[in-house]
Amino acid sequence: MVNENEVLHIAELADIGISSSDLGKFTEQFNAILEYFDILDTLEATAPLERQLVNIFREDEVRPSISQEEALRNSHNPEDGYIRAPKVI
Amino acid sequence: MNDTYNAYLNTTEIPGTGSGILSGIRVSIKDNISTKDIETTCASKILKGYIPPYDAHVVTLLKAAGASIAGKTNMDEFGMGSTTENSAFGPTLNPRDTTRVPGGSSGGSAAAIAGGLVSMALGSDTGGSIRCPAAWCGIVGLKPSYGRVSRFGLIAYANSFEQIGPMATNVRDAAKLFSVIAGHDKKDSTSVNKPYDGNVIPDICGKTIGIPKEYFGEGVDADVEAQVRLAINKLEELGAKTTEVSLPSMKYALPAYYVTCTCEASSNLDRFDGVRFGPEPEMNLPWHEAYTKVREAGFGAEVKRRILLGTFALSAGYYGKYYVKAQHAKQLIAKDFAAALQTCDLLAGPTMPNVAPKIGELTADPLQMYLADILTVPANIAGIPAISIPCGTAHGMPVGLQLMGRMFGEETILNAALAFEEAV
Repeated sequence: MVNENEVLHIAELADIGISSSDLGKFTEQFNAILEYFDILDTLEATAPLERQLVNIFREDEVRPSISQEEALRNSHNPEDGYIRAPKVI
Repeated sequence: MNDTYNAYLNTTEIPGTGSGILSGIRVSIKDNISTKDIETTCASKILKGYIPPYDAHVVTLLKAAGASIAGKTNMDEFGMGSTTENSAFGPTLNPRDTTRVPGGSSGGSAAAIAGGLVSMALGSDTGGSIRCPAAWCGIVGLKPSYGRVSRFGLIAYANSFEQIGPMATNVRDAAKLFSVIAGHDKKDSTSVNKPYDGNVIPDICGKTIGIPKEYFGEGVDADVEAQVRLAINKLEELGAKTTEVSLPSMKYALPAYYVTCTCEASSNLDRFDGVRFGPEPEMNLPWHEAYTKVREAGFGAEVKRRILLGTFALSAGYYGKYYVKAQHAKQLIAKDFAAALQTCDLLAGPTMPNVAPKIGELTADPLQMYLADILTVPANIAGIPAISIPCGTAHGMPVGLQLMGRMFGEETILNAALAFEEAV
């Protein structure tokens, strides 16, 4: 079981805001789903995990690509060819 | 285009660049597949106004084969849902009964075809998103083997499961569309070199069809089951042999699917913060606060729920209990299918346990919505191809017959599907 504070903590980790009016219902649904997931924990994981696809590489060749202008087209007020973001520090 | 079903988010039409087997054919595209210069939103407010600077590989292939792109179709936001009610731009209606949902998440593509607006469309299938709406709208939908169709330009939700696939009014058209999009693409590192020649022929005689008993268990509507049993009888009349098989690990399929897809979603959807695309963040706020505000306003409830579930399942102390166990379950399920498909050429069962529900019926309880995917997620977990074709009606609504094949065995299930379609 997770409580409302734990849901808020997870929301903080995921950078997602949850309004206080939604929190109770969200927590309730969260617990119902997690309870349903519990059957996985009854599984005995004896055989090692096999990988079907491993490291498919290609040569790092320069090929035609989109222009800088096109790459920046969906960002807000790019400056000198750079994307602007909120302040980090 | 007279779209009375809200099947489309954008009705821009772009002519093809080449000529080929799709010349003169209009193909609609699910709105999580990038289309150069046409807004692509994944039915989310967080991508409102986003104009991709490039085409997805499948769109390049369609244009080169002569197809014109006929609009972008509605869907559950980022593919998360089974009814197309989780669209930020309103639900799509089922053309067979407009009080009902079309299924999802590729509900717009299915409704556009069932409503007669186009004859072909592309969908994507992470846990049933092509087959569910195909079944509920009474059309054909194919989820290809993992890797057979390039995912380059498909906006990622759960990469390890999803595939782009064809949806059409009939099996021949689905095969034709599939032949254009299948094949290797260097830009997708999980892509394999298995093109499809499009040579579909009615062929079921002498094949062995496995009937997994888990596909007729608790929760499957009796009238749906009766229609599917009749369809299987028809396949026997056409010369197929049937045998009951068991997939004992299927009880883990739905939780393994939802744990894995939410974990992958929590990582994939991290990029939506408004910086490179989407609503502008408040630049003077500290970054976590700015992104939190953009994401609170931009994502719908189901998307938030899945990101949070995935973040939780990957967090320290829970990773072993959820994610690692889900990967073990995935392996067991894949082995069950491989074993059944060693003795059988294909497997058959219902696509969905019920017919299309009324609008609003499944949205109140997310877990009920998840349970609707019980018969479709196993093929995504095993990576194998699966097709849904119409097989009669129950409660006045279409029922889908699901045929699942060996890895890269699309030919077998398409040929079987055509044999059935021509016989009914």
